[in-house]
Amino acid sequence: MDRSFLRTVAGIVPVVLGLAACHGSAPMQASPAPDAGGRRMLSPAEVARADSGRPPYTQADVHFMSGMIGHHAQAVLIAGWAPSHGASPSLQALCARIVVGQRDEIGLVQAWLRTRRETVPNADGSGGHQMAGMDHGMMMPGMLTPEQLAQLDRARGPEFDRLFLVFMIQHHQGALTMVDEVMNAKGAAQDDTVFKFAADVSADQSTEIARMELMLKEIHP
Amino acid sequence: MIALSLLRRSAPLFAIGALVAAGCTTSSTSSPGSMPAPSPDPRIGLKAGWMDAAEAAWNIRVVSRTPPSKDFMNPSTPGDRRLTNSDLAFSGNHVIQGNYSGYQVWDVGNPAHPTLASAFICPGSQSDVSVYKNLAFVSGEATSGRLDCGLQGVPDSVSQERLRGIRVFDITDIAHPKYLANVQTCRGSHTNTLVTDPNDQANVYIYVSGSAPVRSSVELPGCSGGAIDEDPNTALFRIEVIKVPLAAPHQARVVSSPRIFNDLVAVARHAEDPADARQRPAGAPAPRPPVGRGGPTQCHDITVYPEIGLAGGACGGYGLLLDIHDPANPKRIGAVSDSNFSFWHSATFNNDGTKILFSDEWGGGSAPRCRTTDKPEWGADALFTLTNGKMDFKSYYKLPAPQTSFENCVAHNGSLIPIPGRDVMVQAWYQGGISIFDWTDASHPTEIAYFDRGPMDGTKLVNGGSWSVYWYNGYMYSSEISRGLDIFELAPSPMMTQNEIDAAKLVRFDFFNTQNQPKLTWPTNVVVARAYLDQLVRSNGLAAGRISAIRKELSRAESLSGSARGDALGALAKQLHGEATSSPDAAKVHMLAAEVGKLAKS
Repeated sequence: MDRSFLRTVAGIVPVVLGLAACHGSAPMQASPAPDAGGRRMLSPAEVARADSGRPPYTQADVHFMSGMIGHHAQAVLIAGWAPSHGASPSLQALCARIVVGQRDEIGLVQAWLRTRRETVPNADGSGGHQMAGMDHGMMMPGMLTPEQLAQLDRARGPEFDRLFLVFMIQHHQGALTMVDEVMNAKGAAQDDTVFKFAADVSADQSTEIARMELMLKEIHP
Repeated sequence: MIALSLLRRSAPLFAIGALVAAGCTTSSTSSPGSMPAPSPDPRIGLKAGWMDAAEAAWNIRVVSRTPPSKDFMNPSTPGDRRLTNSDLAFSGNHVIQGNYSGYQVWDVGNPAHPTLASAFICPGSQSDVSVYKNLAFVSGEATSGRLDCGLQGVPDSVSQERLRGIRVFDITDIAHPKYLANVQTCRGSHTNTLVTDPNDQANVYIYVSGSAPVRSSVELPGCSGGAIDEDPNTALFRIEVIKVPLAAPHQARVVSSPRIFNDLVAVARHAEDPADARQRPAGAPAPRPPVGRGGPTQCHDITVYPEIGLAGGACGGYGLLLDIHDPANPKRIGAVSDSNFSFWHSATFNNDGTKILFSDEWGGGSAPRCRTTDKPEWGADALFTLTNGKMDFKSYYKLPAPQTSFENCVAHNGSLIPIPGRDVMVQAWYQGGISIFDWTDASHPTEIAYFDRGPMDGTKLVNGGSWSVYWYNGYMYSSEISRGLDIFELAPSPMMTQNEIDAAKLVRFDFFNTQNQPKLTWPTNVVVARAYLDQLVRSNGLAAGRISAIRKELSRAESLSGSARGDALGALAKQLHGEATSSPDAAKVHMLAAEVGKLAKS
C-alpha cells in the first residue's frame, strides 16, 4: 500500500465530500493482490467462476425482480388497449413502445429468476407468489386497482387518453418506489444485473413520466 | 461449457467487401450510396457463438481480436454482467478499456497483437473512462462499488465504504496506475466527460452524468432526491461539474451543479409523429408543447466540443445544446425532443460544428431492438443541422440489417472518422455490430461499411456486442462487451477510397476521448488533395477528363523541386479556384484549390 495514496485520499475526502473518514484500506494496485490480511485477493473472473456466474443476491432482489413481472404485466395489458380503445396516434405510439419495452424486460427478469431456480411468475403476472400483481395480499406500488382497471377499460377516445396518462404516471411512479425499496434494502442490488435493471427502470420510467406529464398538459393546458 | 480452444477464433471472414468492390469499379462516380451493398445482407443468419460466431464484413478489415484478460473473463459463463467491457479512452499507444469490474490497459503499439499492460480490478460499473495527459478518470455508479476496490460489494444501504462518483488515477506509468483520489456524487457517475478550456491550461473539468437513483443523505450529506419544487437542493434535475487542478489533481472536487434543465419550455418536437400531423386539420398550426413540470432529471452523456464552445447533452427525453465557454457553468441554449425517441443517450458533432447527431438507447442496451418488428425510427440516431445554435431535424439513421431477438441491439457509441471533406461516423450497435455511415447529407445518411457477428447464443439472449467503437490514429477500436477488444482497419472501396483512408490516417492525437471532441485538422499533404479529387469524382463536381488531367498535373508538380514545384502547384491552385464557380460542387473544388495552394507553400 502506497502511503502517499492513503494520505491523499484521507486528506481529500473530508474536504470534498464531508465524509467523516475514509476506509480505503484495501489494495489499490493491479491485481491479484493481497488484501489487508495478506491473503491473495480473488480476481473478478475467479469470483465469477466460484459462484457460477450467479453473484450473491437477497430475498429483496427476488421480491423486486418477481414483483416487476406483475407490475410490468399490468402496464403491457393496459398499453395494449390503446388501439381498441380509440387512443390518439401519439398515445398509441407511446403505448406501442411500452408494450415492446416492458415485455422484453419481463423476459430479462424471468431469465434472471430461472437461472437462480427461483419461482418465475408468468408474463401476465400470474403463477408466482405475486398473483395478478398482488404481493402477500397487498397491491404493489402504483398498480391500478380493479376499479381503476375497469374504469380505464370503459373509457374511449380522448377520455381513454386522459385516464391512461393519469394511471400510467401513477403506475410508473410506483415502479420508482419499488426501485427505491430495492436500492435501500440491505444486501440488495449488489448483483450488476439487478442494479442495471433497477437503474434502467428508474431512468426510463422517470423520462416517460415527464413525457406523459407533457402529454397530459396538452389535453388540459 | 465453452472449451478454452474456442478462444482461438477460426470463423471464416467473408471476403465480401473485396468481391463487391471489384465488381463495381465502373459505377463509382456518384453519391456514397451508388455502390450496392451485398445482397442478400450477409449479416442475416450468421452462426451464433461466443468466441466462434460467424462474421460478416464489408469495406472493413479485422486487424485483431483479443479476448478479455484472464482476470476479466470466466470461460464457463458467457455474458456475465460483472465482466462487461464498457467504454474506451486512448493515450499514446494504449487503449484503456473500462469493465464493470475495473479496467484493462492494452498496449496497441502493434495493433495486430495487442498486449495487456495492466488489469486494474475495481468493481463499480460502468467504469466509463476519460484521460487527460497523465490522468485517468473512471466512473462508478453501482451501489456495490467500494472505495477500496474490493470485490465483496457494499451490503449496507448506508455505508462509508461505498464509492459512487469519479475515481482519479495517475497513469504516468500506465502499466502501474496509481489511485489518486475520489470525488463522491449523489447519483454516482454513469458516464463522465472530460472538458478542456482553451483559455485555461491549469485546470480541466469533468461533467458527471448519473442516471441511477440518489443515495441517502446519511451516506453522503446533502443528497436529496426530492422534487424540485419541494426541495431546491435536490440532486435531481442537474449535472455535476468537477474541477481538476492539474498541479494538484487530488484536490479534484465538485464546483457546481448546473440546473441546465430549469424552465425547459416550448421545446419544438423536431419530428412530429406523422400520425399526429395527419390528424391535425389542414393548415392548423402544430400544438405548442406545454411547459414541462418534471422535465429530465439527469443527462445520460454529454459530448463537448471545446473548440466551438458547445456541448451536446443527451438528457432523458431531450437533446440539449449547451454553451460551455465557461466550463463550470454550462448554459442551455437549445433543446429538442422527439416523440419517436425513448431515451436520449449520446451526441456527436460533425467536424465543422454544422450538424449534431443524437442517439436513442431505447431499452438501455439490454434489449433486442433491431428486429424486423422494431421501427427504423425507434432506437436510432436523429440527425440535425446546427445553424447559429438552432437544431433542425433532418433524418433518422438506424442499423439497416435486422438482428435476431437474441441480440441486444440499439444505437450506441461511435466517433467521427477523419476523412477530410466528408462527415463519416463509425458506430457501435451492441450485437448489431458496427456500422460506418456517411452523413455529409444529413437528410440521407448512407451506410458504407459494416462488421457483424452472429449472436452470442442461438437459443437465448446473452449479453454481448460492441459497446463502443472509435477511430484513433488510423484504426478503429471496438470494446466488445463479452468478447474483448477488436481492432479494425478501413478497406478501400468506391465509397471510401485509399486516398481518403490515407488522409484520415494523417490525423493523430497524443490522447483521445470521444466525448471531448477535438477539432480535426489535417497536415498539408498531397493525399488530402487526392481525397478531395476522389470526392469530386463521386459528386461529378468536375468532368472525368478534367479530373484525370488534374491528377497528372498534381503528380508532375509534386515530382518537381524547389521553386518549380511551388510555381506549378500555385498555378494549379489558381486555376482550380477559377474553375470552382462553374462546378456543381463549388465548395469542394475550392477546398481542393486551397489544399493545392497550401502544398505550393509547403
